[in-house]
Amino acid sequence: MLGRLSWDAIPFNEPIALVTSIVVILGALAILAIVTVMGWWPYLWKEWLTSVDHKRIGVMYVFLALVMLLRGFADGIMMRSQQAIAVGGAEGYLDPGHYNQIFSAHGTIMIFFVAMPFVVGLMNFAVPLQLGVRDVAFPVLNSVSFWLTASGALLVNLSLFIGNFARTGWMGYPPLSELAFSPDVGVDYYLWSLQISGVGTLLAGINMVTTILKVRAPGMLYFRMPVFCWTALASNMLIIAAFPILTATFAMLLLDRHLGMHFFTNEAGGNQMMYVNLFWAWGHPEVYILILPAFGVFSEVFATFSGKALFGYRSMVLATLAICVLSFMVWLHHFFTMGAGANVNAFFGLMSMVIAVPTGVKVFNWLFTMFHGRLVFTTPVLFSIGFVVTFVIGGMTGVLLAIPPVDFILHNSVFLIAHFHNVIIGGVLFGAIAGYNYWFPKAFGFTLDERFGKASFWCWFVGFYLAFMPLYMLGLMGMTRRLQHISDPSWQPLLLVAEAGAVVIFLGILCQIAQLYVSIRTRASRRDLTGDPYNARTLEWATASPPPAYNFAIMPEVGEVDWFWEMKKKADLDELPPTYETIEMPRNSPTGFVSAFFAVLTGFALIWHIWWLAILALLGAAVTMMAFGWSENREFEISAAEVARIEQSRPGLGRAA
Amino acid sequence: MQDRRYVSSRAPYHPSPHPLSGHRRWDVPHWGISRSLVLCAAALLLASCQQAGVLDPQGPIASQELLLLVNTTEIMLVVVVPVILMALGFAWWYRAGNTRANHSPDWDYEGGVELVIWSIPALVVILLGGVEWIGSHQLDPRAPISSDAKPLQVDVVSLDWKWLFIYPDQQIAAVNQLVVPAGTPVNFNLTSATVMNSFFVPQLGTQIYTMGGMTSRVNLMADKPGEYPGISANFSGDGFADMRFVVKAVPAGEFDGWVQKVRGSGPALDDRAYAELAKPSHAVPPTTYSSADAKLFDRIIGLTTNPGEKTRADGAWCPPTPQADAIETATKPQTGG
Repeated sequence: MLGRLSWDAIPFNEPIALVTSIVVILGALAILAIVTVMGWWPYLWKEWLTSVDHKRIGVMYVFLALVMLLRGFADGIMMRSQQAIAVGGAEGYLDPGHYNQIFSAHGTIMIFFVAMPFVVGLMNFAVPLQLGVRDVAFPVLNSVSFWLTASGALLVNLSLFIGNFARTGWMGYPPLSELAFSPDVGVDYYLWSLQISGVGTLLAGINMVTTILKVRAPGMLYFRMPVFCWTALASNMLIIAAFPILTATFAMLLLDRHLGMHFFTNEAGGNQMMYVNLFWAWGHPEVYILILPAFGVFSEVFATFSGKALFGYRSMVLATLAICVLSFMVWLHHFFTMGAGANVNAFFGLMSMVIAVPTGVKVFNWLFTMFHGRLVFTTPVLFSIGFVVTFVIGGMTGVLLAIPPVDFILHNSVFLIAHFHNVIIGGVLFGAIAGYNYWFPKAFGFTLDERFGKASFWCWFVGFYLAFMPLYMLGLMGMTRRLQHISDPSWQPLLLVAEAGAVVIFLGILCQIAQLYVSIRTRASRRDLTGDPYNARTLEWATASPPPAYNFAIMPEVGEVDWFWEMKKKADLDELPPTYETIEMPRNSPTGFVSAFFAVLTGFALIWHIWWLAILALLGAAVTMMAFGWSENREFEISAAEVARIEQSRPGLGRAA
Repeated sequence: MQDRRYVSSRAPYHPSPHPLSGHRRWDVPHWGISRSLVLCAAALLLASCQQAGVLDPQGPIASQELLLLVNTTEIMLVVVVPVILMALGFAWWYRAGNTRANHSPDWDYEGGVELVIWSIPALVVILLGGVEWIGSHQLDPRAPISSDAKPLQVDVVSLDWKWLFIYPDQQIAAVNQLVVPAGTPVNFNLTSATVMNSFFVPQLGTQIYTMGGMTSRVNLMADKPGEYPGISANFSGDGFADMRFVVKAVPAGEFDGWVQKVRGSGPALDDRAYAELAKPSHAVPPTTYSSADAKLFDRIIGLTTNPGEKTRADGAWCPPTPQADAIETATKPQTGG
């Protein structure tokens, strides 16, 4: 009846997991109780859960990322603590079975449920506004995408209470991830949660590419788009090209596990090298999927706060597209040590280095954007400068690892760990946090507290160096990754420094929580009435903060790059009393939420081999989709009078179209 | 670059910088604290950085790889350091409050500057790419090491969670210890009887994956006698952290003596002993086997890809070439050696 599910799945004998489970469940129940008692359900349902507004969905993506950041960071600091303690003969406080789950969950969560939703959320929020349009191409699909991503995140977290997570590392290399070596539900949790969220990501990518190619304000030619839109386009094209590879690869591993096939097994003609190839054929484009939108954020931040146009717009676009193409030609550098011939290794090493050229050009362009500017040191700017300083170091160690003979001695070492945290924290995360600080006033209509924002930057910045510079050294000293205990006691001082760094990063996260709390408490005094708190350049600042549901009462007619800046310069704002027209907007739809509910059930049933439930849940999802497909009346109209009323009630009074 | 102790001994004597208490331009409340934290970290890093692992190469491959690492780092630092200084310098000089700084808000393109900023990374990459291309070919794991000595053949099998080393020419075997003659190239054939691992001796250089059903190859050499720790560098499950072994490089003349000693003591690695050994076990102490089939490596590959063989006799591996007498005398592997 319940497949593999029994009371044994509850971690009664693992105190850490049990206590965490109880605390999280109680916390969730408390939140549900508060929402119920306060009567917030109708509001939540109408305004958020069923919303198809790209801004709301973007905010929910970022919220999901921030919540999962806490979970992923908890895993990270537990790993650091274990390695700092379990030196010499000491066993530490995590046995291998638990420790191995934690580093697997840390990687999976940070890549798929922190970095991805963070950048996807920022793109979702900002791109339609920057393009001067009212929503993405497929608003309901957008909601489905988000809820599928959230479903994956929920399944990963369920593994904490029911059963266990994978013990294979976040890459899930076979044959370790095959049934013979990982018979329990851990790998199934990993695979099904990523399959479900992967579908969501692919749909989000299709939606965003369609939006950028097809839904732009009149006059918004490709070479008038803000660079963030270009990076979003490149990133989402990579999603469309790369995520199907991951889905197919995981599907094959699932066939191995569920139906006894032999795609990647040792025996019966399976080939584990094929999994590694396919995984990284997705995995390397994935890092550019993450970093390109971050590059876009930095481009916006440097230009806005220097009071200057971005230097070398066309060469930025060219560099972005070059990275987009090159990112598909380097995946083999993740396994130089597999034994390919010298020509193959040398070719992929060379291609990996070539990516450093467009990336280097971007760095110089940001520097020359500051040059002859008037730089205001806001929180996003601090994160951006911290990014440049940190990222060139990470880029340098990346080029080192791209040299096959150097990789032969550093592969899988903690030097590699330091390298990719250097580019993912220093690049993706700094970019995401910069974007979060930058667009927060646009999303909510009030600015974030700068003091806590800057304090969070310094904690993240210093914490990063403390946590990861020691790992570079330890990697050179021969320490490999994923060690549950460490034999060489001379490594302990550096591991303790790394632990201290993790604590400093934790202070940074606390500062961010405090920043949010203080800003909400004092929001009355930090309202952004103008819609343009930074004297910025692109169209999202032309509308109110927060923007009305329809974004722009009158679609802007774009004539140049940085069109909002040009509009302000020409100062022909508000010359004519605007004539409003009726606006047609998509209606809210529970399709996304309901189909995600069925997706969670399907995933859970398949993980635990509860076949009847899997069939029912799949039917439920299909019926939901069909119900949406046959529904009519998917749009509603906002009358011209209502638009006029909303626009005139705007405190800063319509500066722009 | 060679003597890091010199660098580390100097680090603590760097004068601590005066906290920029008067500076409000950056509006950075934690500047002083963070600066001193960074300096403390740097001092600690350098102080605890030892000559070990890949920083202490003991063979020609590892030495060349470290040299490549150091040289390419130096080439890149020529660009990276100025970029960091430019980032900090531009940000500081063009701060909003600096009235002495030039301001040209519409300066967003300059062909000459574009040419330079595409050229600099391109030139660096061309230079590094040449180094990389040559290095990749010279340090191909399969390229033989030129030496007067005849290479020693060692077959390596990763098991859950220990390393089996078979000396096919000597017909002996060892677990978690690898004795090799110093100054003699060692030609490794590697495979895995279980999941993927990576065979890595940091002080000897180049690691290589071990994969079931496949043979990887690598050539390594220890210059001097000594003991060099080896590890698995690819996560392989619960016993992974203890999957360590020691490479003992002995003077070339003593290697034959060691072989004789091993032949004269300890159990044989017959089929039952191997079946016993292949079962998962943690932190296995170094062991030697007085005899081993020269073809054992190939048979393990066959067995890994075709485990049906295993079920023929009481769950233990039934070998294609029977050695009935060896099966009779099988005992548990003894520790030590």
